[in-house]
Amino acid sequence: MSRRAAIEEALLPPLVALLLAAVVGDALILSFGQSPGAVYKLLLEGTWGNAYGFGQVLYKATTLVFTGLAVGLGLRAGLFNIGAESQLAAGGFCAALVGLLLPAGIPALLCLPLYLLAAALGGGVVGAIPGVLKARFGAHEVIVTIMLNFIVLALLNYLTSARVHVPDTLHTPEIKSGALPRLGDMFAPFHGSAANVTILLAVVAAVALGWYLFRTRSGFELRAVGLQARAAEYAGVNVASVTWRALALSGAIAGIGGLNYVLGYKHYYEEGFATGAGFLGIAVALVGRNHPVGIVIAALLFATLSQGGLAVNAIVPKQMVDVLQAVVILAVAVSVPEVRRLLSGARRRSDA
Amino acid sequence: MNAVDFLAQTLRIAVPYLLAAGGGVLSERAGLIGLSLEGYMLGGAFCAAVGSYYAGAPWIGVVAAIVGGGLLALLYAVSAIRYKADQVVVGIAINLLAIGLTRFFLRLIFDSSSNSPRVPGFDLKGSGTGFLALAHNPLVWIGVVGIPVIAWVLYRTPFGLRVRAVGEHPAAAASVGVPVVRVRYIAVVLSGMIAGLGGAYLSLDQHQFTDGMTAGRGFIALAAIIFGRWDPMRAGLACLLFAAAETLQIQLQGTQAIPSQFVEMIPYVLTIIALAGIVGRARPPAALGRTTSE
Repeated sequence: MSRRAAIEEALLPPLVALLLAAVVGDALILSFGQSPGAVYKLLLEGTWGNAYGFGQVLYKATTLVFTGLAVGLGLRAGLFNIGAESQLAAGGFCAALVGLLLPAGIPALLCLPLYLLAAALGGGVVGAIPGVLKARFGAHEVIVTIMLNFIVLALLNYLTSARVHVPDTLHTPEIKSGALPRLGDMFAPFHGSAANVTILLAVVAAVALGWYLFRTRSGFELRAVGLQARAAEYAGVNVASVTWRALALSGAIAGIGGLNYVLGYKHYYEEGFATGAGFLGIAVALVGRNHPVGIVIAALLFATLSQGGLAVNAIVPKQMVDVLQAVVILAVAVSVPEVRRLLSGARRRSDA
Repeated sequence: MNAVDFLAQTLRIAVPYLLAAGGGVLSERAGLIGLSLEGYMLGGAFCAAVGSYYAGAPWIGVVAAIVGGGLLALLYAVSAIRYKADQVVVGIAINLLAIGLTRFFLRLIFDSSSNSPRVPGFDLKGSGTGFLALAHNPLVWIGVVGIPVIAWVLYRTPFGLRVRAVGEHPAAAASVGVPVVRVRYIAVVLSGMIAGLGGAYLSLDQHQFTDGMTAGRGFIALAAIIFGRWDPMRAGLACLLFAAAETLQIQLQGTQAIPSQFVEMIPYVLTIIALAGIVGRARPPAALGRTTSE
């Protein structure tokens, strides 16, 4: 397949999906008796049109980049990680625990490696469990990660509420050292928005993952397993080992995403901060076609939608955005195989 | 609480699980993953509330729930079968769509972002919460009788044989003249209708729809299907087991004997254990999830 054909095949489904989402969006807006043009204008003004809104978009996109990369990495290995939500939560929880142990006054640069390690470990362990169960027993990772979401979130709720919460709240005490600065501290217009320097970690993670997938031997093996596990096995790749390592790494990436909230925004772990971020990560990976660049763009798109919902809530229900996000996922899922069939049909005809 | 109350409470909790799992078994045995049971239930719960509210009669709500659950399932079937989209992705999308649509229309119809107004249900005035009240609710009967009926359909009727055939070996089924696509459509849409009834039970029992009221029950039903090894009767027993654990948890609340979160985990832990084959391997239908690669 030529490079041009590959790009067409990658870009067409998301474009079709956006078009369809726009049509459904129009219908919903009209059903509420508003003008679609005015609503979309308000949506853009409230997100990319002012620094606060844009800061909120960046903050939401940061978490979604991590969960999107986590899901995308899994899919590259042919594995569906539905557990990003609990991995994100576990990563954030472990980071918050480390934060409670560290005394005040330690410079952020010294703390950061510890936080990174804790978050990666928390998410990585949760990711490794389905990996090992799949590699060792053949248990399907989709079901195991779904079930594990409920188990891990219940466990974290127990640990928070029974052990480390501030009375009458659902969150832990604040960490004393190593909070990451917000963008608003450095650039005044962002003031008030939750965007923080974790966004740099997200960019680094995307670049590193791209390098790992496309420039290293281990990444090549991972993609080989994803494309055709049997063939990879014959070529000497240890599929079982790739499987559990891919899911552990996927979980670790999602776990690091927990820093965005815990280190960058609230400075504590709170029950439910990860809600929905795992499923949206699947959407992001899908729309971004499992490519780091695509994932960053898709994360910005979904973050714009969810922040945009708040911006338009005065004239149409913000819940409209929930529908649009689902429509985008559905449309991409449906159009990926369809576009592939149509394009290959067109190629055959032009070759003949 | 005596044993009778305990059983009544267990049944009360189990009914939506029984309905969702009963429907889900049909879909899964036909080769289509029941990831969107949660969405069918939520859609069913909402439609039931709307129907019951406007008609003033819970029966209309039940019909609306069947239609709502069935339509969501039809969307799943068209995406996964006609367009060969990935079942897992579509399943998740249907769940998100159900959340989004119910929230949007909750605002549009009832101008609320949390709950509907009070709607008529099936309960008899003054019958309490015991077996008498349960016996008066036709959805309880449908849930209890539905499981053996689904087992009978699956194992004793030509349609059931076809469902099992397309779930195990669609190519072989097609070669002897089974209309694979049609059987799958029917199985999936039926699963949505039946799971929608489970949702109707929830909103009619509580006399209102609240945002996200299914609260993961569709996934517990999915867990019951897997723990019951894709057999309707065993899945039904798993539903009762999970419901009994919840009843026990409600009993123990305040006594601090076992933290409620650990009881919550039981269905999911058991399912993972069953899947990993630590005590007897759970083997899914051979063609489960594979509508894409044909």
